[in-house]
Amino acid sequence: MSEGLYSMEAKNFDKTLDLKKVKPYGDTMNDGKVQLSFTLPVPAGAEAVEAAKQLIKKMGFENPLVVFSQELTPGFTFFNCYGNLTYTVNYSDINVPKVDSKVMSMDDTDTYIQENVGRPLVVVGASTGTDAHTVGIDAIMNMKGYAGHYGLERYKMFEAHNLGSQVPNEEFLARAIEMHADALLVSQTVTQKDVHIKNLTNLIELMEAEGLRDKMIVVCGGPRVSHELAKELGYDAGFGMNTYADDVGSYVAEEYVKRHPKK
Amino acid sequence: MQSKLGLDFNKVARAKGLAKDIATDVQSFVEHYTTVATERTICRALGIDGVDENMVPIPNRVVDELKDKGVLGQGALFYIANAMISTGLQPQQIAEKIAKGTLDITKEAKVTDWNVLMKTIQPVIDETIKKIRDRRLRREEYIKEYGEDTNRPYIYIIVATGNIYEDCIQAQAGARQGADVIAVIRTTGQSLLDYVPYGATTEGFGGTFATQENFRIMRKALDEVGEELHHYVRLCNYCSGLCMPEIAIMGALEGLDVMLNDALYGILFRDINMQRTLVDQYFSRIINGFAGVIINTGEDNYLTTADAVEAAHTVLASDLINEQLALFSGLPEKQMGLGHAFEMDPMLKNGFLLELAQAQMTREIFPDATLKYMPPTKFMTGNIFRGHIQDALFNVVGIWTHQGIQLLGMPTEAIHTPFMSDRFLSIENARYIFNNMHDIGEEVEFKQDGIIRNRAKEVLDKAIALLSQMKEKGLFNSLEEGIFADVKRPKNGGKGLAGVAEKGAHYRNPFIDLMKGRK
Repeated sequence: MSEGLYSMEAKNFDKTLDLKKVKPYGDTMNDGKVQLSFTLPVPAGAEAVEAAKQLIKKMGFENPLVVFSQELTPGFTFFNCYGNLTYTVNYSDINVPKVDSKVMSMDDTDTYIQENVGRPLVVVGASTGTDAHTVGIDAIMNMKGYAGHYGLERYKMFEAHNLGSQVPNEEFLARAIEMHADALLVSQTVTQKDVHIKNLTNLIELMEAEGLRDKMIVVCGGPRVSHELAKELGYDAGFGMNTYADDVGSYVAEEYVKRHPKK
Repeated sequence: MQSKLGLDFNKVARAKGLAKDIATDVQSFVEHYTTVATERTICRALGIDGVDENMVPIPNRVVDELKDKGVLGQGALFYIANAMISTGLQPQQIAEKIAKGTLDITKEAKVTDWNVLMKTIQPVIDETIKKIRDRRLRREEYIKEYGEDTNRPYIYIIVATGNIYEDCIQAQAGARQGADVIAVIRTTGQSLLDYVPYGATTEGFGGTFATQENFRIMRKALDEVGEELHHYVRLCNYCSGLCMPEIAIMGALEGLDVMLNDALYGILFRDINMQRTLVDQYFSRIINGFAGVIINTGEDNYLTTADAVEAAHTVLASDLINEQLALFSGLPEKQMGLGHAFEMDPMLKNGFLLELAQAQMTREIFPDATLKYMPPTKFMTGNIFRGHIQDALFNVVGIWTHQGIQLLGMPTEAIHTPFMSDRFLSIENARYIFNNMHDIGEEVEFKQDGIIRNRAKEVLDKAIALLSQMKEKGLFNSLEEGIFADVKRPKNGGKGLAGVAEKGAHYRNPFIDLMKGRK
């Protein structure tokens, strides 16, 4: 039997879960097992494997194991590896800023807006700047929605306008004013060289210059967007991967009511 | 051909007839118009190249001059041929003088006899025709020498670093791993530029600028690696957007092999004016046809906005229209990379059977086309392990149904532009499946009245119903009403309409006769 199929190493470490010292889990509590894959710009061979192992050790792993390596093209070698991580994190101390709203279903959101606003909220969305990808804004806005979550166009109490892709920020704002938008949704998919950060920042600057920033709820989304990043850039909220129209719709409705309480 | 799906070929003929009627209507419009992009293409075909001191391409300077003087409809060739007679200069020298503002060619145009004009300009035209033909022959000789496996789809991968020199490293690595086609993704937004940038470029967003110099650099890199591997590696770029035919002539001159070249994509997804794109696609496809370039159409994009199960018939209807428009441009069927995609929700019960049915149906309806099959993108979630399996199922359909070009999915789709290792894993996936299941299509038949046969029938029936409706309305009205991809586009809206002009009395484009349907 080849080496590595069954681990014979003694498991003489504390196997109780301590949320102050959390580490990765393979098949035993606190074993610290992690799988890694990466490419090094060196030719394949024993030296390459040794280089990979040394690198894994420097990352804070014990027992580095290179299970597969292959030269992809002369001078570049790909590795699949395992190791036991020595680092831990204090989970009980973690505090992540989150969008502060209760996620409601489409019907509940419609009822909530009906009761607390009494008219449909106008939402204008686009993939702005040079970004040609509509997948994000479509997932949130289109009638059909995404992965079983209907988009805002299907909501009775949202008047949703999806302006599509490659909408310059100036035009986006002009259209939003024209449509009396209550909320703006900005989608950014392309993130190469942080182009999304520049574009997102530019929109907020334009809104501030025009005195519009406080008049609308401004939300951004995309695979590389987090709520924390959104807040940092001056947005009211940010929606990343695995968030849907329900999340965005509930937030916009609740935030609008918070800002415009019924008298 | 015996249908494995029990397809009714009388219905297929009816669908093609409807699509032909729709295309005929478009063609009768197209033939009366020219565009700034078409005229710039003619300038390039007359050897005009380079940029002015502000990096504005000289072909733009020439055509803008005609447009500003209100004579675009007479065509660039008429004025340049006249200027050659009156000045004795070559087109490039004339164009440079126009750019410097020292020559007004619209004033000098006194000769209207086309026999005289053609005699003057024929040597220049012949030189370009020869260059393009030589490029084509060069490709054919390479393929004859190295041979190629046509019993499986071409493996198509993408490079997109933004830097043409870095792209070359990635492309050569991909070729060594087994890629047959390398596509250099364009920088975001290039489709909306009404000019083609100039020179070698090292900065781009989400891709690399398509320039003639970049084409040349990448062609050289692929020829080098091809000679090393004894394998002809095809180069693909994007003949779409506002510079469709210009990119086509640049590609033809530099030996590109595959071009994204859809008649409708720009209208729907880039909001380019429909009159502009439909006129531009005509000349671009004539050039691609002559240069031996395989065009790819972009129907896969419909399914990124509309649902892949519900909208499958719109893909077929669009393929049928693209086919008929391409035939009007004299493009051989072998060079038609009609597009479709594997984009259903992976959680759908029996979704694989529906995908298989549609891919086999597309194969049987377009038996000679080099079909372009696109991988899952919409439901790639960041779970790279499941994504790799989705791509594997896509590859199974590809070999089973004899797709022509398989654009490989990447496990890291929706995360980043592919790493070198992502491409390795995807190519390994495809090669494993293409070899391990090589002849499955010849071994397995589909059950009478089963899910697969019924699905193919349903999609064809719905496509016929849609085409009948479109025939009544015409393509322009249909696009205005949002028939494809749930996108509505006005006939006089969108970008680039100002660059369309009705052909005048002196208009002539001799390249059409020399290239259309010819080798």
